[in-house]
Amino acid sequence: MSFERTLEKLNILADAAKYDVSCSSSGSKRKNANKGLGDSSGMGICHSYTEDGRCVSLLKILLTNHCIFDCAYCVTRKSNDVKRAAFKIQEVVDLTINFYRRNYIEGLFLSSGIFKNADYTMERLVAVAKKLRLEENFNGYIHLKSIPGASDELMREAGLWADRLSVNIEIPTVSGLKLLAPDKNHEDFIKPMLKVKNEIIQYKAERKVLRNTPKYAPAGQSTQMIIGATGESDKDIMYSANHYYKNYNMKRVYYSGYVPVAEDSRLPAIGSQVPMLRENRLYQTDWLLRFYGFSVTEILNDKHPNLDIEVDPKLSWALRNLHHFPVDINTANKRMLARVPGLGMYSVGKIIKARTFRKLNWEHLKKIGVALNRAKYFIICESNEWERRDLQAVQIKALILRESQGKFRKNYSSQLSLFN
Amino acid sequence: MKEAKILIYDGSFNGFLTSVFKAFDERIQVADIQKNSVAQRGLFSDTETVFTQMEQAKRVWNGIQKKSNIAIKNVYFSFLSESKGVEMYLYQYIKKLFSPTDMMQLNFSDAIVLKISQLAKSVGREKHRMEAFVRFQLTQDGVYFANIEPDFDVLPLISKHFRSRYADQQWLIYDVKRRYGIFYDLHKVEIISLDLKEIYTNSIQKNGAFTNIEYDYQTLWNNYFKSTNIKSRINMKLHTQHVPKRYWKYLSEKKEAV
Repeated sequence: MSFERTLEKLNILADAAKYDVSCSSSGSKRKNANKGLGDSSGMGICHSYTEDGRCVSLLKILLTNHCIFDCAYCVTRKSNDVKRAAFKIQEVVDLTINFYRRNYIEGLFLSSGIFKNADYTMERLVAVAKKLRLEENFNGYIHLKSIPGASDELMREAGLWADRLSVNIEIPTVSGLKLLAPDKNHEDFIKPMLKVKNEIIQYKAERKVLRNTPKYAPAGQSTQMIIGATGESDKDIMYSANHYYKNYNMKRVYYSGYVPVAEDSRLPAIGSQVPMLRENRLYQTDWLLRFYGFSVTEILNDKHPNLDIEVDPKLSWALRNLHHFPVDINTANKRMLARVPGLGMYSVGKIIKARTFRKLNWEHLKKIGVALNRAKYFIICESNEWERRDLQAVQIKALILRESQGKFRKNYSSQLSLFN
Repeated sequence: MKEAKILIYDGSFNGFLTSVFKAFDERIQVADIQKNSVAQRGLFSDTETVFTQMEQAKRVWNGIQKKSNIAIKNVYFSFLSESKGVEMYLYQYIKKLFSPTDMMQLNFSDAIVLKISQLAKSVGREKHRMEAFVRFQLTQDGVYFANIEPDFDVLPLISKHFRSRYADQQWLIYDVKRRYGIFYDLHKVEIISLDLKEIYTNSIQKNGAFTNIEYDYQTLWNNYFKSTNIKSRINMKLHTQHVPKRYWKYLSEKKEAV
């Protein structure tokens, strides 16, 4: 293999794959039992971070950027005039193994443009994974993209070699999909997702009976949605995310602020800002749903279809529900502690453990690491000092905003800067 | 009242545990516990040198472990932080642990407990960083070699991780600061000391010790690192927060930035 050619291909195909957000390498249980290469039994590792601050844990590439589809939001769409390239199966295997041996990566994230048809493409992705596992004795992490419309047979095999499978639904609403990707069919996305979900359930059940049943996609499946391409509301996005978590047992839903890659009247113009703050608020909401025991209707509903950009979703929920507060740190249950703005799940755990020894006061809470600038309006503890004023929600919000700084604040501040 | 004593030990973890054993056993009023390399005599206190005894160290270790798995991890991790005066904190921590108040390692309202768990946490963070930031380079004689310079002495902590991950290749990780390394010969991991003439940072110049193909892969990785960056989302502050600059010289993808 010629080094120059591989280098060029790697540049093209890594560049095209970078809009896929997922880089998770955790959650699998593939132990290095055969004295082979690699072990993905523990936590994920970010081996580096790009200059945009995103984790690099997997070699994230496309097998090819040739594609028969013409989705408006995609950089490799058929009508876009970009350099095209395709890796041979062996080239991907060599790159993965050699990067892994040098401790650059945790494994491979292989996606692809669709050439010829779905099955033809999926077959090749599966072949790479199979070769890595069987010929190279590779126990590292493999994330394969499920190609929409691929046959059940191939999806079944994919899960046997891969740790995670994912289909990106990209556009959260069916109407948006019709608008931007007219030749793609919503059912085609759902079909492989459903197949993978059912296989995971089935294999898990079989493992309970027969311990040596092979693993099937042990790190589960994930999906991704583009934010800010079709004018959807935060409610649309989170309700749809919730739907995928509930009905398809998704491990993760990723939100990707749309990076303009094309001049298209249907899309935000090139050069418009990536909605990073909105993305951040959506992830916060996602966390509230998965770890803090919130239900999606509490945070987003017809009355509040969009998240407050200025403050985080938990604070904004608390401000709308002041009748639940103040909460007594020394007696409240875990569910209610988790709902206090400024308390993360780690702090909640520490508080619950520490308060069995003594009643906690402000000093203790500060040392534990509670963000008191927000929490102090919502809690009481072993102290005579607490917020006694009968403050309205808007007043609390103003006080918190005044006393804190946000890195995105300048993006939405209405105050004019004096020197710019 | 008995006079306070300074205990001097050889700097090893077992040496420290032996000192703890001695202090408990002979009911010594401990003024301080110090490494022999940095020992300072106190004006008003006696010093006593402690000789490492494996059985005694083992007994303290088992005793702590019996109390709690979190505590034993906290003790070992924070000892490796090599931070000044950590021995005395640890001694107080262990004393608290054996006092009748149960479950004290969870009492985060206690200053010592909080301090030790924070130290252990920073060491844990450094351990995780080293698992991520080690960059092997393939030498002419087929060994994957890496230099590191961690803030804390984490080599003993990362050995298992690399052993189970790279079971089919020879590798050597060398701590430049503490002048010792761990070497895996396809069967077991050994601690070795080496006199390295130079430090193999990831410089742009090629070095004869490494294979040519090694430099090809470094170039490929470097290029991959650049292509996977999204320019319109650039955030250098976040970048350096995740990859602090002190690690850059050993990261092949940051070659040009150094």
